[in-house]
Amino acid sequence: MRSIISVLLENEAGALARVVGLFAQRSYNIESLTVSPTNDVTLSRMTITTEVDCKATLEQMMKQLHKLVDVLRVSELTEGAHVERELLLLKVRTTNAETRQEVKRTCDIYRGQIVDITQSLYTIQLTGSGSKLDAFVATMDETSEIVEVVRSGVCGIARGDKALRG
Amino acid sequence: MEMLSGAEMVVRSLQDEGIEHIFGYPGGSVLDIYDAIFQSDKIEHYLVRHEQAAVHMADAYSRSTGKVGCVLVTAGPGATNCITGIATAYMDSIPLVVLSGQVPTFWIGDDAFQETDMIGVSRPVVKHSFSCRTAEEIPIAIKKAFYIASTGRPGPVVIDLPKDVQNPLNKFPYEYPESVSLRSYNPTLSGHKGQIKRAVTALTSAKKPVLYVGGGAIIANASEQVLALAEKLNLPVTNTLMGLGAFPGEHKQFIGMLGMHGTYEANKSMHNADLIFACGARFDDRVTNNVEKFCPNAKIMHIDIDPTSISKNIHADLPIVGSVEVVLQQMLDLMEETKATNDSESINAWWDQINEWRAKDCLAYKTSDTHIKPQQVIECLYKVTKGDAIVTSDVGQHQMVAAQYYPFKEPRQWINSGGAGTMGFGLPAAMGCKIAHPDRPVVCVTGDGSIQMNIQELSTCMQYNIPVVILLLNNRSLGMVKQWQKMFYGGRQSHSYMDSVPDFVKLSEAYNHIGIKVDTIDELEPALVRAFELKERVVFVDVAIDPEEHVYPMQVKFGSMEDMYLSKTERTDA
Ligand SMILES: Cc1ncc(C[n+]2csc(CCOP(=O)(O)OP(=O)(O)O)c2C)c(N)n1
Ligand SMILES: [Mg+2]
Repeated sequence: MRSIISVLLENEAGALARVVGLFAQRSYNIESLTVSPTNDVTLSRMTITTEVDCKATLEQMMKQLHKLVDVLRVSELTEGAHVERELLLLKVRTTNAETRQEVKRTCDIYRGQIVDITQSLYTIQLTGSGSKLDAFVATMDETSEIVEVVRSGVCGIARGDKALRG
Repeated sequence: MEMLSGAEMVVRSLQDEGIEHIFGYPGGSVLDIYDAIFQSDKIEHYLVRHEQAAVHMADAYSRSTGKVGCVLVTAGPGATNCITGIATAYMDSIPLVVLSGQVPTFWIGDDAFQETDMIGVSRPVVKHSFSCRTAEEIPIAIKKAFYIASTGRPGPVVIDLPKDVQNPLNKFPYEYPESVSLRSYNPTLSGHKGQIKRAVTALTSAKKPVLYVGGGAIIANASEQVLALAEKLNLPVTNTLMGLGAFPGEHKQFIGMLGMHGTYEANKSMHNADLIFACGARFDDRVTNNVEKFCPNAKIMHIDIDPTSISKNIHADLPIVGSVEVVLQQMLDLMEETKATNDSESINAWWDQINEWRAKDCLAYKTSDTHIKPQQVIECLYKVTKGDAIVTSDVGQHQMVAAQYYPFKEPRQWINSGGAGTMGFGLPAAMGCKIAHPDRPVVCVTGDGSIQMNIQELSTCMQYNIPVVILLLNNRSLGMVKQWQKMFYGGRQSHSYMDSVPDFVKLSEAYNHIGIKVDTIDELEPALVRAFELKERVVFVDVAIDPEEHVYPMQVKFGSMEDMYLSKTERTDA
């Protein structure tokens, strides 16, 4: 089952390595991991997406994360209502006006933005759920030549009153 | 405010933390700290012959006292030599602070001479680590390190100290923090009230309960509570290898160690229990045997200060996060208040069953006219020391025999590497214990393989006159490996035989110690009596034992807890 774990941890040297080391050491899977400082610069917020075989593994994973001295809070997002977003930057080659138009049209349908252009290249920015991004990349692959793909990994937050605070 | 250099701050902080003994080895990147130690008269430093031994010494110093052990080593090889010691302490939750030198900050990342990423190398085997990038950080890092190492589930903490940060020429205001708090680290000590209530109800209504007590009970100093609870409810108690001594080994309610080499009655009782109350034990694979077949009718109650230990290997029906001492006290108080007790009739019936298993006398063994049996050696050791010695051990058959045949009276009396099973632990561990308890007899029970993994420490013993007794159960082989090869590998003894065991008597004499060779059973007791009478000397007693002896009982691989080999020819019904 797919899980999204939010972690609030000290923004200190070595903290990220401890989290990554924990996953490697206990052979937990990481599908994506994002991290950056929060409004309180002494804290970092991390979102980890992972695939676990059962609930017990997820529980153990969360307990192990919490056991790290740097970690303040751990919570799982998919169990409740939540918002998850991922950012995609995509560079495609467009050799003629027709494909350029097609790219632009697809981009609009998905509500993506073209953020850079050269004579033959378009760079597109798109945010959304992972599956929306997958679908967009697949469509682009049919209409044009994909040169480069970069994805941020999932960022997530709980809906409503629930909050992960220091 | 007092002005100190980084190096001086290290030593002063240790002093202000109350550290009296430190174990280590100097080198380029810690010379400034060593110079500060030279000028301090409060900290006694022991120079070892290999850094691994320094960590084991500090570790056993801690195990035998409950204080935090402290180690100081240089960068690179000095630091990496500590890894086995740190991993050993980590597996058994022993509080240590390891200070390791590092190349100057401005060289970090340049592959400088003796540069090793100690923080990275040690990461999987430490509770936490710090790297000080300025001198001003040193006191607070040391304060935090001792706090983290010794609280919650204890463990080793590494502090990386780059050379420029220690510079004796740069002085900074020094103040050692009185206390420290970390917003991200708050171990739970007392148990959830509702859970305590449920635990009392479950325990008092159980008909076939077993108290399964591990090393956590020793770390938490919970022996008093364990004894009170066990006696109040007349519960059978089993200890893990790490828990030996947490409950008195000669108490009539003690049913022996459990697990791979546990007693017949302990493993039988576990398997047939209706309630298992785990106190500071972690359902290690050396205890549970096949988890699929583990104790099919038992409800599991588990106290542990580390939430990750609960429901990791065996699902706990009633988990309680907290210190064993505090939680058991809460339970005792509640029982006092509510006058809760159990049904003595069903407990007596349970005891009748257990006593039947006991009658099998699974630790009985055959003596021989030609060979000394390892069991005889440990029984003799018990007799000569009146059960009062601190016993350290290495890893192998001798370790198991010591655990089985020396009933430990009290906690912190049995010192061994349970989780990691580190050969080479025994001798430095005995030294660490002796330094902490100069007036108590300390003996290292060892094997011919293990003792050679840190034998160089005989030299440290000579330098500081650390009079331990070394009791070698010499079977001229890596006995435990050989036992497995005999049992599971068609007897093919691949590299488990030592063709050239040295003359340990001469070797001891070379270090100015006393060596005694024992070849017959008649020589055994006088040799041990003499060894413990020579209180000021290191005595190495080399006992030639039967090389064919196996350790039994032994759980059958992939079986349940109650599937055991009882001798070379006997096995429980499958
Ligand atoms: C550092 C280390 N290497 C290897 C092992 C694997 N091992 C476990 S017991 C054992 C044999 C120990 O031999 P000895 O010290 O002579 O003890 P005996 O079993 O003969 O009593 C070995 C090699 C270990 N536990 N630790
Ligand atoms: Mg041997």
